[in-house]
Amino acid sequence: MLAATPRLHLAGITKRYAATVANSDVDLAVLPGEIHALLGENGAGKSTLVKIIYGVVQPDTGSIAWEGVVQSVPSPNAARALGIGMVFQHFSLFESLTVAENIALGLNTREGLAALSARIGEVSRRYELAVTPQRHVHHLSVGERQRVEIVRCLLQHPKLLIMDEPTSVLTPQEADNLFAVLRLLATEGCSILYISHKLDEIRALCEAATVLRGGRVVGHCDPRTTSTNAMAEMMTGSVLPTCHRAANVQTGAPCLVVEHLSLAADEPFGTDLHDISLALRQGEILGIAGVAGNGQRELLAALSGERLAPHADAVRIVGTPAGQAGPSARRRMGLAFIPEERLGRGAVAEFSLAENALLTCYQNGLARHGWILFGAMRRYAQSVLDRFRVVASGISARGGSLSGGNMQKFIVGREMGTSPRVLLAAHPTWGVDIGAALSIRQALMDLTQTGAGVLVVSEDLTELFEICDRIAVLSEGYLSTPRPLAETSLEEIGLLMGGHHGEHSQTARELADAH
Amino acid sequence: MRINLVARATPARAMLWASPLIAALCSAIGIAALFAMLGRDPVQALGILFVAPLSSGSGLAEIALKATPLLLCAIGIAIGCKAEVWNIGAEGQFTLGAIAGSGVALAFGGAGHWWVLPLMILAGIAGGAAWAAIPALLKTRFNAHEILTTLMLTYVATQLLGYLVTGPWRDPDGFGFPQTRQFEPDAMLPMLVPNTRLHIGALFALAAVGLAWLLLGRTLIGFQIRVVGAAPAAARYAGFSRHGIVWFCLLVSGGLAGLAGICEIAGPDGQLTPVISPGYGFAAIIVAFLGRLHPLGILFASLLMALLYIGGEGLQMTLQLPLAVTGVIQGMLLFFLLAADVFINFRVRVVRAPAQGAVRVA
Repeated sequence: MLAATPRLHLAGITKRYAATVANSDVDLAVLPGEIHALLGENGAGKSTLVKIIYGVVQPDTGSIAWEGVVQSVPSPNAARALGIGMVFQHFSLFESLTVAENIALGLNTREGLAALSARIGEVSRRYELAVTPQRHVHHLSVGERQRVEIVRCLLQHPKLLIMDEPTSVLTPQEADNLFAVLRLLATEGCSILYISHKLDEIRALCEAATVLRGGRVVGHCDPRTTSTNAMAEMMTGSVLPTCHRAANVQTGAPCLVVEHLSLAADEPFGTDLHDISLALRQGEILGIAGVAGNGQRELLAALSGERLAPHADAVRIVGTPAGQAGPSARRRMGLAFIPEERLGRGAVAEFSLAENALLTCYQNGLARHGWILFGAMRRYAQSVLDRFRVVASGISARGGSLSGGNMQKFIVGREMGTSPRVLLAAHPTWGVDIGAALSIRQALMDLTQTGAGVLVVSEDLTELFEICDRIAVLSEGYLSTPRPLAETSLEEIGLLMGGHHGEHSQTARELADAH
Repeated sequence: MRINLVARATPARAMLWASPLIAALCSAIGIAALFAMLGRDPVQALGILFVAPLSSGSGLAEIALKATPLLLCAIGIAIGCKAEVWNIGAEGQFTLGAIAGSGVALAFGGAGHWWVLPLMILAGIAGGAAWAAIPALLKTRFNAHEILTTLMLTYVATQLLGYLVTGPWRDPDGFGFPQTRQFEPDAMLPMLVPNTRLHIGALFALAAVGLAWLLLGRTLIGFQIRVVGAAPAAARYAGFSRHGIVWFCLLVSGGLAGLAGICEIAGPDGQLTPVISPGYGFAAIIVAFLGRLHPLGILFASLLMALLYIGGEGLQMTLQLPLAVTGVIQGMLLFFLLAADVFINFRVRVVRAPAQGAVRVA
């Protein structure tokens, strides 16, 4: 029997940028109906390769064959015309338009919005990807936006679907649903090029994998028969360290207490917080699982002080009522915060790393009487670079010039460098490569040894189960009772994420509804 | 053949500095063409515009004199722009500063009190700041955009000035001219250079340059201003008050414009008239951007703009060109600057052949 003609066959693709070679002589073949993984660390050249396939970037040399015919793909429109669909990691949605309007723009369709909305509803029901066509995108969470992107692609009946880190914002059940969708698509003959850092996922889903490192193909494997460690080592080219937690950590008195915090959403389509109570103890890591858009943003803003609580006692930091205190006052009480958005919130892209160190540490000896202490500021930024092995050209490098993982390491380092008593971490390793993610998790665990409490909000359950002592779930603005890790399971947490509230929060909801 | 603009990975440092020079050069060419079309000798006209004012001591003093209000207004505007607080009503704050300071001069001048002049200056600053406080309140309270409110208040200020000089403050011995009494000597700013009109207001402007440089580069509040402008969410995250910064920027820039206003009246003019400014407050917006919102850049830009004013007056007198020519030249300069600025973030690539056609599948 002859081998099937590959749906997509790249040969000798090379792409140089001014200073770097993003892809060097890359070959890739994806068969019809195959789910093919593209593996590699950040900066390995995955994004460039995918952009070449999707027509965003033109290769310097090399050829692209589509169903056996050599093609040039001069634009994403041409790619879509061939039958290539793509779900980007960074969404290309207009914030001020509704879901249906965004999809209409992407489809170049002449059909009315009502008809399109009906089709959207159909696809979202069929694949269990909940999206509301009439909602405005700027109100949507990261997870919801991704669902819109996936639905937009599926509406075009693609023959090759490129998925860039699609599950990072889904619950395990949702991810399973997505896998079912992808397997269904594959049996229908659609090829899938799947990019992810989650090797477990790739093992469960993909039939073939091409591994990139430094812009070159360093190997192929069958993920079903290759161990995650072996794949990780192919990607990084070295043996990975493992996270370890000192065994003798004792949890102590509560350092962050939230009592009966209810807060109406401050924007339409936001999530109201309903009667949230939690106690974070010294030396523990408390995980808050849940799909984005279920009140995470609101809860974090209420904890960080970006939004004030209705009364001072609703939030107490190391015993001090803090509900009415703003972010800088809460920092003085010992709070530190790693926000979800790195650039634009956690750091300013146009500013140097030294200035970005000042952003939150101006109360920690980097300024005095309103004057910036430049020496202290530079020394602090340098110490963050050194201690967290941030890859940057130096402390005068602009924030925007760092890779996502390195920017995150810088922010984590900056927040930890103030010796906080309470650390809030929102999605600390989202979109970060394996090496950086490991070192960030390790740093979070190490911090608990100083007696600090760490509250991690994440959608990555594997991560939460790896580092947390207790896990609670935030769903539709209700927080479940935190469970010690030993007394819960991935399945139970996953169900809670899907809206099956625990006993305690069920009562809370009934109480809230009764009011 | 097509010409494409390609985004640069990082802004070109060299272009950052070359852009104002390119803009100046293109403006000079444009101006020469304009003169040629008006039937004047371009070389002679450019000479009157750019060279004549620089070739005498009194010309240089006049340039410094004109640069003073431009510099004061532009520094304030630039501080606001850093926080994305767009005060384009410096002209109105200038007028209110002039009115408030003049009120002090008319009330207390002539008795020889040492405190009259300092009080005038403080009143001028307070007048400008108070006028800018209105947009600050409207913005922080009702989210009204300051571009509209500051601009509209400029026209209110002009009307107020017109009312005062034709009504309550009109000089009874002024043959009915709409102007106030001439200020007494104790209410006039001391001269800086004898036998010129250059007064110590120029020193205030230089001090403003230094203080603004310290504020933006060395202080925490300057840092907060830049963060609020560059990344509002980061400012909120860091715990910087956006409302506080809006108030600060508008009060400071209003105060500086008010200082410029009273210095202009207590310096060369010595009385209020219905028209006290040839549009300094608006020209200062050009100055602020021409100077890249950097205090030192603004210093040079204000001198260049002052040169254009003086040269424009020279053109009026020597070649009988209308005053509007100065406005056209200013506009040309801003236009070319904005155009040249494109090359900071983009480079030009000439595409010779059309992209190779795709092999279509039948």
